[in-house]
Amino acid sequence: MTTTTLMPPVGFSAPRSKGAVVGRVADVWAMTRRNLVHISREPMQLSDVTLQPVLFTILFVYIFGGAIPIPGGGSYVDYLLAGMLALNLVTSTMGTAVGLSTDLHEGMIDRFRALPMWRSAVLVGRSMADLLTSCLCALIVGITGLAVGWRPGANYISIVGGFLLVLFFAYALTWIAACVGLNSKSPESAASFGFIVLFPMTFVSNALVPTQHMPGWMQAIATWNPVSAVVAGTRVLWGNPNPSGRIQAWPMQHPVWAALIWSVVLLAIFAPLAAHFFKRRTTE
Amino acid sequence: MAAAEEMIQAEGLMKRYGSTQALAGVDFAVPAGTILGLLGPNGAGKTTAVRILTTLAVPDGGRGTVAGFDVVRQPGEVRRHIGVAAQDATLDPLLTGRQNLVLVGELSDMGRSSARNRASELLAQFELTDAADRVLKGYSGGMRRRLDLAASMMTRPPVLFLDEPTTGLDPTSRSRVWDAIRELLGDGVTVLLTTQYLDEADALAHRIVVVDHGRVIADGTPLELKEASRSAHLQVTLSEPNSAAVGAIAPLVAGNVHVSDDGRRLSAGVDASTGLATSVVRALDAAGVTVDNIEVRQPSLDDVFFSLTGGHIVEEVTDGGGEDGSGAAVGDGVVDGPDADGSEDGASVGAYAGNGHREAESMEGVQS
Repeated sequence: MTTTTLMPPVGFSAPRSKGAVVGRVADVWAMTRRNLVHISREPMQLSDVTLQPVLFTILFVYIFGGAIPIPGGGSYVDYLLAGMLALNLVTSTMGTAVGLSTDLHEGMIDRFRALPMWRSAVLVGRSMADLLTSCLCALIVGITGLAVGWRPGANYISIVGGFLLVLFFAYALTWIAACVGLNSKSPESAASFGFIVLFPMTFVSNALVPTQHMPGWMQAIATWNPVSAVVAGTRVLWGNPNPSGRIQAWPMQHPVWAALIWSVVLLAIFAPLAAHFFKRRTTE
Repeated sequence: MAAAEEMIQAEGLMKRYGSTQALAGVDFAVPAGTILGLLGPNGAGKTTAVRILTTLAVPDGGRGTVAGFDVVRQPGEVRRHIGVAAQDATLDPLLTGRQNLVLVGELSDMGRSSARNRASELLAQFELTDAADRVLKGYSGGMRRRLDLAASMMTRPPVLFLDEPTTGLDPTSRSRVWDAIRELLGDGVTVLLTTQYLDEADALAHRIVVVDHGRVIADGTPLELKEASRSAHLQVTLSEPNSAAVGAIAPLVAGNVHVSDDGRRLSAGVDASTGLATSVVRALDAAGVTVDNIEVRQPSLDDVFFSLTGGHIVEEVTDGGGEDGSGAAVGDGVVDGPDADGSEDGASVGAYAGNGHREAESMEGVQS
């Protein structure tokens, strides 16, 4: 009996396995770049974070601006901008759901699964790409705001902190969106997540109009809506009018803390859940 | 044979999807540096076997090893040693050809610069350099397949899985893919190739395993498989059903005479075909049977395939084409069609199913 050892073919050396962390970071970065290329190739997807913020900011400021009085005074544009940032960032997480669902429905996921890569890089790379486009979106909202008269009344660190607060919350939301995308039957049904959950969630909050005029039950929802805490927290950090501060409820009295707690809790629940759903969807 | 020589090994692989038994205990082995052709109709279980061996699916039973690593217990090591070109397009339609290859390379820990160099090399090898920086959406089917193949070779893996690499390709693209696969052998690569095309398995594979309904029904070299079904095949179409016909031709053929449902078509395997048509016509004439058509055919590889998987195909193509051949060749009675490529109709498929059992048995001999 012959015992030939396996001769590797010409030119092959088994890919060295780098340190786990370095390898994972490299995989995430490769997947992130891939998703960024996607966004650049799909003009409609990009318009969510470029055109939409400009359009919404201008429309709200000039259409509702004169008609909405701010309790406690202040201009509507100063009031609006934090809400506008939240509206755009929250609704753009729909892209995460659609993107992941599309990945799962195309054969591409099988190629990834047969590669010696960190599997969760598919998820993390997606959320990183969405975070980067969120940053672009935040920049555009800020510039548009300045152009139509928004003036923050705080120092730079505090202003940046306001942006980061919304971005962190939006990042936490992408993991809920990931769970939705991983459980939806098609990219189209994943898209409905935006209309069924994200839009009502943003509208029933203090993002666009002061909640003082809402019916009592809706005001209660708005007060405890995480979006309200995030928006109020950002207004505080930006030194902009924050009529929610008059509402006697813990999240409205401590909006920055409430926003951070909400974000951490959502992240702690939905990131592991997304990893679980991803594993379930890709095991056969 | 030493187990270490087998780069790919499947032992009793079983897999069930819902109520479908996709694999019902499949065994095969691929020695290092050779190509195994896994041949079978749609739904035979070829893709399931590939999915298990490439760590995409977990078997319900049995064991698979690739490059000496267990596909269930050491999936990471297996993935480091394989390249996969799957049946469905598994490349990113929104990236360019080059971006796709570099992405695969980077995710395989190649490092960006070596991934780029290797990508350029493969793009040139597969004549895709001109299209390299175009988005995949604009690629033709053949170009996509070649890129898929290139992607599977990014890391120069010692083991390659090619799942129906030429399905749906035009002949030119097909021969290009064949050339690329042949070149791999020079590098000592081990290949598992699934295909529905016998000529493809014949042209490329050192050994062919035929699967159907999740089982291996034949295993041998292409030559062995052809030898095993060396006998020719006779088919007679009567003007009207006649019970005397079977008795008249039975002494002239090997094995049983199969009669179609409408009683008009008789088929049987025959050992020698010299002068057979004349003898058959005389025997039937003597029995008072009128004949519309007689056909004697040498086996092609397609026949081997159909005879082995016959039962399966008859379910789908039932005696629909009985009249197809009757317009031709009634006068001289013999249509010698050694090459049945592309002209398979219901009649000949149905006929082969008739003696499929006998030929499958002879195939068992090859296996042992």
